[in-house]
Amino acid sequence: MSDSRNTPIFSCHDVHVSVEGKEIVKGVDLEVGAGEKHALMGPNGSGKSTLAAALMGHPGLEVTGRIELAGEDISELEADERARLGLFLGFQYPVAVPGVTVASFLRAAMSARQGRDVPVKEFRLKMQAAFEALGVPRDFAGRYLNDGFSGGEKKRLEIMQMALLEPRMALLDETDSGLDIDALKIVSAGVNEATGSETGVLMVTHYQRILDYIKPDVVHVFMDGRIVRTGGPELAHELEERGYDWLADTTTASAGG
Amino acid sequence: MSAERIADLNQDYATRYGFSDPEEFLHKAPKGLDHETVEMISRFKEEPDWMREFRHQALDTFLAKPMPRWGNSELLDGIDFDNIHYYLKSSEGSANDWDDVPENIKRTFDKLGIPEAEQKFLAGVSAQYESEVVYHSINENLEKLGVIFTDMDSALARHEDIVRKYWATVIPPEDNKFSALNSAVWSGGSFIYVPKNTRVDIPLQAYFRINAQNMGQFERTLIIADEGAEVHYIEGCTAPVYSTDSLHSAVVELVALKGAKIRYTTIQNWSNNVYNLVTKRAHAHEDAVVEWVDGNIGSKLTMKYPAIHLLGERAHGEVLSIAYAGTGQHQDAGAKMIHAAPNTSSRIISKSISKDEGRSSYRGMVKVHKGCHDCRTNVECDALLIGEKSRTDTFPTMEIAEDDVRVEHEARVSKLADEQLFYLQSRGLDEDQARLMIVNGFIEPFVRELPMEYAVEMNRLIELEMEGSVG
Repeated sequence: MSDSRNTPIFSCHDVHVSVEGKEIVKGVDLEVGAGEKHALMGPNGSGKSTLAAALMGHPGLEVTGRIELAGEDISELEADERARLGLFLGFQYPVAVPGVTVASFLRAAMSARQGRDVPVKEFRLKMQAAFEALGVPRDFAGRYLNDGFSGGEKKRLEIMQMALLEPRMALLDETDSGLDIDALKIVSAGVNEATGSETGVLMVTHYQRILDYIKPDVVHVFMDGRIVRTGGPELAHELEERGYDWLADTTTASAGG
Repeated sequence: MSAERIADLNQDYATRYGFSDPEEFLHKAPKGLDHETVEMISRFKEEPDWMREFRHQALDTFLAKPMPRWGNSELLDGIDFDNIHYYLKSSEGSANDWDDVPENIKRTFDKLGIPEAEQKFLAGVSAQYESEVVYHSINENLEKLGVIFTDMDSALARHEDIVRKYWATVIPPEDNKFSALNSAVWSGGSFIYVPKNTRVDIPLQAYFRINAQNMGQFERTLIIADEGAEVHYIEGCTAPVYSTDSLHSAVVELVALKGAKIRYTTIQNWSNNVYNLVTKRAHAHEDAVVEWVDGNIGSKLTMKYPAIHLLGERAHGEVLSIAYAGTGQHQDAGAKMIHAAPNTSSRIISKSISKDEGRSSYRGMVKVHKGCHDCRTNVECDALLIGEKSRTDTFPTMEIAEDDVRVEHEARVSKLADEQLFYLQSRGLDEDQARLMIVNGFIEPFVRELPMEYAVEMNRLIELEMEGSVG
């Protein structure tokens, strides 16, 4: 355990991200150990989602800096290569692909991740187990991927994908948004179940709410493209009470000084 | 299924369909078109006088009519009518037994998998090579029920009365320049008659193959479903890859009498040197249903707008089409619905994919005549663009002369979205796989309507076309 703490499962160093020449993420350092859960909290528009997309390898972003997964430099890899190595991004807004069934998509994704053609029977069993764990009706399998799904359904499907793909590191972007309290409990339980003691997790969130169900080991406060403070779970509660503004003042002050 | 399809990735049109056999023929008309050629074709076929006269008149119409000024004029003007063989007969008569088909032709159709398909899932097969149907068979049980499925030339010889009764009643030669051309030099094609209240449960199929260079294929198909009858007809087409152009100009007439149902499915996969200029039209009488399921994957230029004239109350028409245009291709396709009776309904779903420098156009018309109350029509056009240079255009026309109708029209153009690609790639699918999955999803509503074997083939064709596509 202590060894794995020494080599983080995921890390990034001095990551900058620009969109069409405008810098959004202004130098981020992060280390997540195996089995650790980190929360990245920040106000809307601070660049959290951009950071998550950049870490996954979004081709439309200009990214500098070094990103490592289990000690391997993945900075130059395409998104699909990162995914096959075990990086996962749970989308804030999962994308609809009409005409492609959930089942055929999941099987293709599992096969890609495992580097083998997952047999139909084995796949069906795993899919059904994942459906049950997340309280998803069986007819999900035949529906078109995220097409006409409610917000809650999309989020469940994201977590189900994570469970089936067994990532080493999961980036979860606003997984709690659009969920009512019952759905939030189910989804959180799904995350806890799927991640266990080996997987690293980075939860990107605006609200503290989800952290009542997925307990973070480390909380980072992210503002204006930077991590401005890092602490334990208590930091999340402090944010809940005081909001972000008091930290905004400290950033301005430190930037000025 | 996806794994099998991916295993096929290395095959391509040239090896699978684009091969050519040495030309062997009994009779080949010299290049060019005049009354002498028409006379020769008609005499060769020992046709009745009315047909010979019909041909000559149609030729005059063809010569008098100017080339259409819409569609793709530049490509249309490139057709050299003097550099085409209008008739080519490769074998003696049409065989009913596969063993009697000449060896070289048999090899071709074997390669294309035709006899195999017949054994597996078809009730009848017709195979046309150049101008003539070379093989024909029909399930005995259907024959006992009085179903006629034969090549057009034999139908004219053996069922002249019924052929003459319906001939050119749906598409007269004067309809357009290419229907006139077909009327003058037609050869081959299918004739189907399904008697009253008879259902043909298994599809009947025709396969069209052009082998010779600078060839013109002008098949003529007439399908009559008598009252309460039902039939599904499927056609497929391929040709060798040549550097010079060939011309395929068919006329297809469907007559669905009271309460009848006809579905006509096409998977057109001509090589990219073939002009595909086809006129297809149906008459749907009272309570009849006509469906055109039209897939255009190949050809250099396709201009085809399957039409349904809803002539009787409660008739229903549907056109479901998909067009794929890669570099060097223009698919100008669409549909026409003419509501000529009250309480009729129609639906058009048109999907197109334009990739690289490919171009697709949707050209459609919906017309509701005065007095045709309570009509419903729904048009959906969906275009997918892949790559910066691909192009799509939509030309919808609506002529509604009645107030009491429900008209819905929806048109969408989407680019193969980077966000979709990123989403799928973030799950481990590589770019090609992701792209193929998106395109297959896009055409799924079309593929779903095909018989299983065709659905597999369709997905495979799209995969071949998508191969190595980089946006």
